[in-house]
Amino acid sequence: MNTPHMSPVILWSLGGLFGILIAATAIYFFLKRTRPTADFAEIGLRIRSWWIMVFVFSLAMLLSRNVSLCFFAFISFLALKEYLSIIPTRRADRRVLLWAYLAIPVQYFWAGIAWYGMFIIFIPVYVFLFLPLCMVNVGETRDFLRSAGTLHWGLMTMVFSISHMAYLLVLPPVAASGAGGSGLLLYLVFLTQSNDVAQFLWGKSLGRRKIVPNVSPNKTLEGFLGGVATTTFLAVLLSGLLTPLNFPLALLAGILISMAGFVGDVTISAIKRDIGVKDSGNLLPGHGGILDRIDSLTYSAPLFFHFIHYLYY
Amino acid sequence: MVVMNLINRLLRYVFYRVVVRLVVLIVLGLNVRHRERLPQKGPAIVVANHNSHLDTMVLITLLPARLLSKIQPVAAADYFLATPRKAWFALNIVGILPIKRQRKTPDEDLLAPCYKALEEGRVLIFFPEGSRGESERLAAFRGGIAKLAKRFPEVPVTPVLLHGLGKALPKGEKLLVPFFCDVFVGEPLFGTKDRGSFIHQLESRMAELSQEGVFPPWE
Repeated sequence: MNTPHMSPVILWSLGGLFGILIAATAIYFFLKRTRPTADFAEIGLRIRSWWIMVFVFSLAMLLSRNVSLCFFAFISFLALKEYLSIIPTRRADRRVLLWAYLAIPVQYFWAGIAWYGMFIIFIPVYVFLFLPLCMVNVGETRDFLRSAGTLHWGLMTMVFSISHMAYLLVLPPVAASGAGGSGLLLYLVFLTQSNDVAQFLWGKSLGRRKIVPNVSPNKTLEGFLGGVATTTFLAVLLSGLLTPLNFPLALLAGILISMAGFVGDVTISAIKRDIGVKDSGNLLPGHGGILDRIDSLTYSAPLFFHFIHYLYY
Repeated sequence: MVVMNLINRLLRYVFYRVVVRLVVLIVLGLNVRHRERLPQKGPAIVVANHNSHLDTMVLITLLPARLLSKIQPVAAADYFLATPRKAWFALNIVGILPIKRQRKTPDEDLLAPCYKALEEGRVLIFFPEGSRGESERLAAFRGGIAKLAKRFPEVPVTPVLLHGLGKALPKGEKLLVPFFCDVFVGEPLFGTKDRGSFIHQLESRMAELSQEGVFPPWE
């Protein structure tokens, strides 16, 4: 198999992820032993969920390109299902929701065959126009606009945005870089997720000033800035290994991913606050639901993709 | 006959442990709270609100696998035994305990099959709302469960609140639409002499369970 998935850089990077997890687990056990009074239960659950996520993600990346595409399609399915389960929906829209779910395999199919033109308009144009037509066909007008709007918002974030990760995978390699599309994907996912962790850690240790008190009272300015700094540092550090980006562009990519990740996070928080739930689900113990984990990616994936697409394709 | 029985038992096992489980885990997805409160041995009664044919399926996948041969959902004979094909599926695969809804003689006890099943140590799944009501609405409980619990005061009656299954597959619909579903298990109750107060206790326990979650409106 000479797929780009098996390139040594990717293998080493995934190995690095496991290294970080082992270090985090070791620190967790060390802290638990040295400070028996403190409550680390949630952190422990989170680390355990991270192990499973990293394991599944690595497996999906390594097996084959089609497995990776199916994996991201399944993530979109879980996220859309979670979203549709926590928002108010109309009984009359059952069939319409089924059509919305069917958009997922089709969207990932366009990514799989690398048909960029179709990939980029399928949900924003065709699905956007088609679902209200189905709703008119059902004939229920009460809350029509609310229903059409919430459904489209869900498809745009959970399917359209997330599918940009799949499209990164099928991008042909740029001459300057060794790792190709999977390198870019790993770069995006690693930076977005470590940005979340860095923001959390900086916020816990230094956080004072609230940054968006009405939406997410636990987020602090110090956490946000610490996250941006850490992520940008990592972005520059890893750019040579995983991407064709030079120093100034890597700096820009780091700032873009960390800021976008933050906005994605607080946007989903605003929705959860609107609905009145703390977590979107319980799929990932310690984290909440799948939305709580991929919220940052709903912003960082499309923005990073178009940054790369503009520069190299 | 023995061979047929064996084949049916195998089919039932495959149906619940493979087919239903895959649908429940992948297409639906469950948010289960207090699963440890579900009965681990028979005789026992599991009581739930009823919105969908999926209710029984979900409850059976959550109960321990080794109990499978003992589990019987109590269901209306007139509905589930209406045609031979439906009856075969209901009796052998789903494994219902059929009860009649209309008395033939004034002193016929419609719950008699349930007494026998509990005496044999079975786990009954009981829907005290009577039938799948208006989706995602809790209807008043009928008295049968209190009568059953009074007769078997040592058998635990475990209340379970289900939410979302009525959205995924409501009454009269054939298409399954994916939704995450909530399953909240309550502390078991035991039958009392006063049937009215038992129903009241059961209903208030279900009401408490429904306070544990945030259920978006669905109309």
